[in-house]
Formats: sequence, structure tokens, C-alpha cells
Amino acid sequence: MIDIYNELTTIIDKDYVSNSKEELYMYGRDPGLMPAHEPEYVVMPTTVEEVQAIIRLANREKIAVVPKGGGLSLTGLVIPQKGGILLDMKRMGKIIEVNEKGGYAIVEGGTTHGALKSCLLKNYPHLRHSIPDSPPIATVVANAVIHGQGRLTQQRGFNSDMVSGLEVVLPTGEVCKIGSCAVSQYWFSKGPPMPDLSSLFFGWFGTTGVITKLGIKLYPCKKYRDPVLFLTDRAELVPDIMRKLGRTEMIEDLVVNAQPIPLRYKDNYYILFYITGDTEEELEFKRKMCWNVLWDYFERREGGFVSLIPEMKAPMLSMPSKDTTRFADVSKGGGFEYSGPIAPIEKYPVYVKKLIDLAEKYSLFYSSAARMIDGGHSMMFSFSYTFNRADPQTMKRAKDALDEAAEFAVENGGVMWKPNIDEQKMTMKKMDPNTLELMMRIKKLLDPNGIMNPGNWEVSR
Amino acid sequence: MPQLVFDREKCAKCKTVPCLTKCQYLSLDAAAAKKEWQKIINGEDSFVLEACTTCYACEEYCPHGNHPFYMIVDRQEEKGILPSPRPIITMWVNQCEPVGKFTVGLMQDKALSYCFLAHFNALAHGKLFESIEYSVVFGQEFFCNAVYLHYARLSVARARLPGVMENIRKQGIKELICLHDECYATYASLAPAYGMEVPFKPVHYYEYLVERLKSLKNEVKPLGLRVAYQRNCSTRLIPQIDPVLDELFKLIGVERIDRKYDRKNALCCAEIFRMAKGPDLADDVQKRNLDDMQAVNPDYVVFNCPACWDSLAGRVAERGLKPIHIIDLCKLAIGEEQSLKLSKMEAEV
Repeated sequence: MIDIYNELTTIIDKDYVSNSKEELYMYGRDPGLMPAHEPEYVVMPTTVEEVQAIIRLANREKIAVVPKGGGLSLTGLVIPQKGGILLDMKRMGKIIEVNEKGGYAIVEGGTTHGALKSCLLKNYPHLRHSIPDSPPIATVVANAVIHGQGRLTQQRGFNSDMVSGLEVVLPTGEVCKIGSCAVSQYWFSKGPPMPDLSSLFFGWFGTTGVITKLGIKLYPCKKYRDPVLFLTDRAELVPDIMRKLGRTEMIEDLVVNAQPIPLRYKDNYYILFYITGDTEEELEFKRKMCWNVLWDYFERREGGFVSLIPEMKAPMLSMPSKDTTRFADVSKGGGFEYSGPIAPIEKYPVYVKKLIDLAEKYSLFYSSAARMIDGGHSMMFSFSYTFNRADPQTMKRAKDALDEAAEFAVENGGVMWKPNIDEQKMTMKKMDPNTLELMMRIKKLLDPNGIMNPGNWEVSR
Repeated sequence: MPQLVFDREKCAKCKTVPCLTKCQYLSLDAAAAKKEWQKIINGEDSFVLEACTTCYACEEYCPHGNHPFYMIVDRQEEKGILPSPRPIITMWVNQCEPVGKFTVGLMQDKALSYCFLAHFNALAHGKLFESIEYSVVFGQEFFCNAVYLHYARLSVARARLPGVMENIRKQGIKELICLHDECYATYASLAPAYGMEVPFKPVHYYEYLVERLKSLKNEVKPLGLRVAYQRNCSTRLIPQIDPVLDELFKLIGVERIDRKYDRKNALCCAEIFRMAKGPDLADDVQKRNLDDMQAVNPDYVVFNCPACWDSLAGRVAERGLKPIHIIDLCKLAIGEEQSLKLSKMEAEV
């Protein structure tokens, strides 16, 4: 029997290979509610060749491999359910290229959103990418892999829709280019006009390969950016308000918040959206358009705009938002998790009612942020609950509430976003059998030994 | 619940009805005004109740001290009229609700009230506030609640005010120096109008500054400046304080420019109008006010109310004028620096 640890140290400097208890402990859990399970080894590669070698070793020895970015999904997606090797991608953090004219950047598999944001701010302030509201250590790749959403999602779709090419190490060790970069030196498309193979890697949570490079599209960064806050106290109006604003094609991001604290939020739905412009005239034109489409609600006194002072605007303009982190500690003890179905926006009223009902049933603090996706074709609705990590009973109540929320969301037409393994099972149970069969065939074809992040999207007949 | 002390006779004898005829947002002659006002007194429907912008000015226009504005607000609430959209009102009612978290400093007989405005943390320091700067109350528990005049929710103010005043009394405060004009207006006008006993002596911070500057007279160097004054809504509830401001300006060698939109013809910051009536009215009022400020070419535009500061100071600066709070203007006169400045907010992308 070979010594895996020693084998790994022949691939990577031993300073970046570990099987020490404290590190396995840390890598065996995430900030959410899923049970911990430790890996046997942690490695931190820096090159695609090192990743290849590790994957080949794991494939040969049939050892599980779990690629990990920031580890921030909260749903246990990088908890090594079957032990094995945890592939921490953080050292592959370079920004390889920013193609200013082509409007894309090529980053490594562990490059963080914070690093990309800083790079663009410093060197290309006229360009931006879609920043998710997770902490800045979230990686560009992992966020795309989970179909993350960001500040440009309302206009451009999921962050994975903004990918412009991939380099992937397949579970059998081959390096594969996906998209225009497979035939050209330019990374302008993840698929078209060829078959779009990028879908083999997004939404699969690392079960089909390890993304070592990714092209991400960059968009104009307008000179002016202003948050606009519209309130209504009627949940049933929210979908129409979202739709009307989306159809103006004047707004950037749109998020609807529902939470009982701070008190100013209580009993209202906070519809926060952003307008941008290269001139003040452009900004004012867009502001007027948005006022106009919501004027009826204003006249009926069912909705109103809040005058925002600079101190109120500052946190709204910060990217990522720090509000999530603040909410995470409402119950003290720093626990926070959410179930986030992707659903038609018309479901907002029933979802928000369920959010509140469950908070009451399980005695939990709640909040929800619903982000409009792609002009209103769908939304991500978060059922968020806080808990104290030192209190197992509260944690159980939060988990029960989230499980019930997920079940409700799916029953009501939603599809779970970044589902934990229980929610994955629930999703597969509801899935069209032929679709499920196709997923199984793809998985088997790409990962014949089932080494990649096992436990996730695992189909049992 | 405390009720408005209102004298019908005074209104019955009033021939000119200035509360409505002088209103900057209505156009009524005395006969029409009399008719509408009678409807309001009688509890009947009047278009005035819907049209009211809640600028507070009628309180000042009434020569009899009969509180026409409080009457209007009471009637609006009775009739379920919403001067602003319901969710905006809800937000205001909720966010200022006392929650039992006291924020107090090292209390003395005399104390400063920051109301619920963090601006005063920057302003209320230095020589002008020596010996009293840490004797401070702040937050919902000490919030004057006058803002509900804008939202036809005087019932909230009436319900909460006794508790707020008791909270202040319990701190052992005999004299409350109100840094927010609206707080003084609450204790000197609103509470007495509803027959509420105020268990401490309210002091307007203009009065405090006058006394303080007199005691520092050897250090005061007349500024020799000409300023445009931005009069805020709550000054309409306490017009007796306006001469104190003139005295204050005199003490520091400042000329209050006689401009179109000051004194009784003042325009408020109008930001409430934006939430209540929409952007057109707010933009118009603000433009007229700013044009007028610009036309008199002041050295500074002087603010009393932090809410006006938030609404207008940035726009003032965009016109190439210099905004300053009155406390800071006094600080300049004793060689100290301006402490409340426009926040530099760079849009993060």
C-alpha cells in the first residue's frame, strides 16, 4: 500500500501538504449547518501540472478529491463527505490577463473576487465584473461553479453566464480547454459558436473536474452609481414592482430585503436598486424613468421612495455588502445559513410568508434578500436564519427550518441554489428521470472512478 | 391621550386667516381660506388636508398662537390621510421606537440632547461645550418625536413623549440644552400645546451659545462674514427663537443676508416633500432656494438642522457655496475649526 502523504510531497512542496489534525479539523467543516467530515490530506497546488499530478494519483488510487475555493457556500459543498484529498486552490490566485479591448479577464482557479476587484480598480477603473455579496475571499471560479450571483446579475444573468472560457483538469487527469480558447488565443466565449461544454462544469460542484483557469467577462464601470430605495408594505406588490423596474432596462442590481431588525426594516419590503450613468444627466434620466414606472404605487400611497443621505448610501454602495456579515451575528455566536431557491419572481409573496412563518415556528431571527436575475426571468430568494454555534438546540431548529423552507420552495416551483447534499437528493427525486439519467451518464463518462467530490450529485438507483 | 388645547373663538374672530392665505403652497384668498379652515375645525373634509406639504409655517403665521398646524395634523390622522406613502410612515414609526437601550454620558444637572442625530457627536465639542460635552443623551429613548408632524402620526408622538420626558427626568436633568431645533420645539411648543407638563427646562442651543459666547467674549473675533441662513421647518414652531439667532450672529460679527427665502418667507429643505409629494415639488423648492442663496453671494450658507444639512449641504457645495452648521460658525469665531463637513463618499464599484 502506497503512502499517499509521501506521494503528495513528491508533487508539491511538503510545506503545502498536510495531514495534521488541526488542519484536517479546519478543512472538515464550513460556516453552515452541515455535519463536519474531515479530509485525510490537504494540498495547496500552484500549477496546473501539480493539479494534474494530484488528480492522476487520486484516480489511480481511487481516492476522493474535493476542490475548494473560499469555502463559503454555507451548504457544505466542500466538506469532504468521503475524506480523501482536499485541494485548496488559494495559491493559484493569479490574474493572468486582463484583455481590456476584449472585455474579459483570465484568472486562475483560486483567484478571489477581492483580488480581481482590486486589480480592476487600480489598473482598469473603467471596467468591472459582477461581484457577489460574499466576503472578498470568495473565488471567481467557485462562485461560477455554484452559479453564484453578483452585482451585475440583474442585467447579465448568473455569474456563470458571464464566463468566457475555461481550462479544466478532468477527473482522469487530462487538461482540457473549453470555449473559444480551445481553438484561439482569445477567451471571448465559453461555447458559442461551438457546442457549449462549459455546462459540464457549472452547477456540478467540482464533481466533474477541477477548473484551473477561467475567463470572466468585464463590463463598463459607469462614472456615477446611485442606490435608490423603494418601500412597500405589501408583499403581493413586490413581483410587479420588480418586473416594472426590470423592464425599464435602466437599473443595475435589484435586491428586495425583508427582515424585522433593525427596526426601520420592520413591516416593510425594502426594494433596493441601483442606477448608473456616465453623466449626471444619464443618471437623472434613469432615476426619472424608475419614478415614473412606480408612480402609481406612490400615488396610491402603497409604496414610497426613501430620501437617502450619504451615510445611508455608503453601505449600499459597498461591494460586497457587509450587511450579510452583520446579520450573521444577530443571534451572537456567528451562525448563519440560508436556503436559496431560484424561482419565478411571482413566488415572492408565498416565499416571504413561509420565511416568517418558519421563523415563528422555530423561534429564529430571519432575513431574506431576493435578488432579481436577468431582468426578472427569475430571482434568488434567500430563507436566512441565524443561530448561535455554541447552542446545538438553536442550530437544530435552524436546520429544521431550512429543510422545511427548501421543501416548500421546491414544491412551489423553485429549484434549490447551491443545494446541500440533502437538497440535492430532494432535487434529483423530483427531477425528470431522463434528465437524471443524462446527468448520471455524464458523470460516469467524466469521472469513471467517482473520485471527484463524492457525495454530491450522487445518484443511487 | 393628551388633546390639543385649541381655542375656536380665536379662529372665529380671525378675519385674515393667515394660516392659509400666507401658505406658500396654497393659493387662497381670505374668504376661501376662512371656509376651508372652518371645515377643518369642524372635522369636515377639506382639500387643504391633502394638499398640506407639512412645512409647519402656518404655526408661525397664526397671530393668535392657536396651533393651526397641529390641528391640521390631528385632522389628517383622524381622517386616515397619508401625507407620505404608508410604508414611509411605517418606517419612521418603527425606527424611532424606544427599545430600552439608553445611550447617556456623564450626566449633570445640565445636559445636551443629541436627539437621534449622530451629527452632534462631531459638533458638540471644543471650548463652546467645555464642562458639558460629556453630559449627553442620545437615541430613541430621548427622541423628541416631532417628526411625526410630517406623517400625520401625532398619536405616536403623544403616546411616546411622556415616556421620553420621563427618561430625561430620570437622568436628573434640570436643564436640557436641545442641539436639535426640533427637540426644543417639542418641549417649548408641541408638548404644552397638548397640555403635557415638561419636567425640565428646555434650552435652545442658540440661547446656550449666546451665553457661552458672552462668557468667552475675550476670545471672540468678529468674523466679518455675510451668510445666507437656511431656516428649517421646526423653527416655525418656535418663532420666538429667531431673534436669538440674530443676537448670536451679532456676537460673532456675522451679517444675516436679507434674502428672499429667509425669515417668514423661508423655504424649508424640502426633502420631506420628495418622499411625500414626489420629486418635482422638492426639486422646484430646492432650486428656488439654492438660486436665492447663490444670488446673494454669501460667504457661507448656515444650517441649523442636521436634516437640512443632509438634504442641502451637498447641493449648496455643488453651487460653489460653503455650507456650515451654526455651531461651527461660532467655533470659527473663537479660533476653532469647522467640525461637521460634507462626507466624502466615493462610489465603490
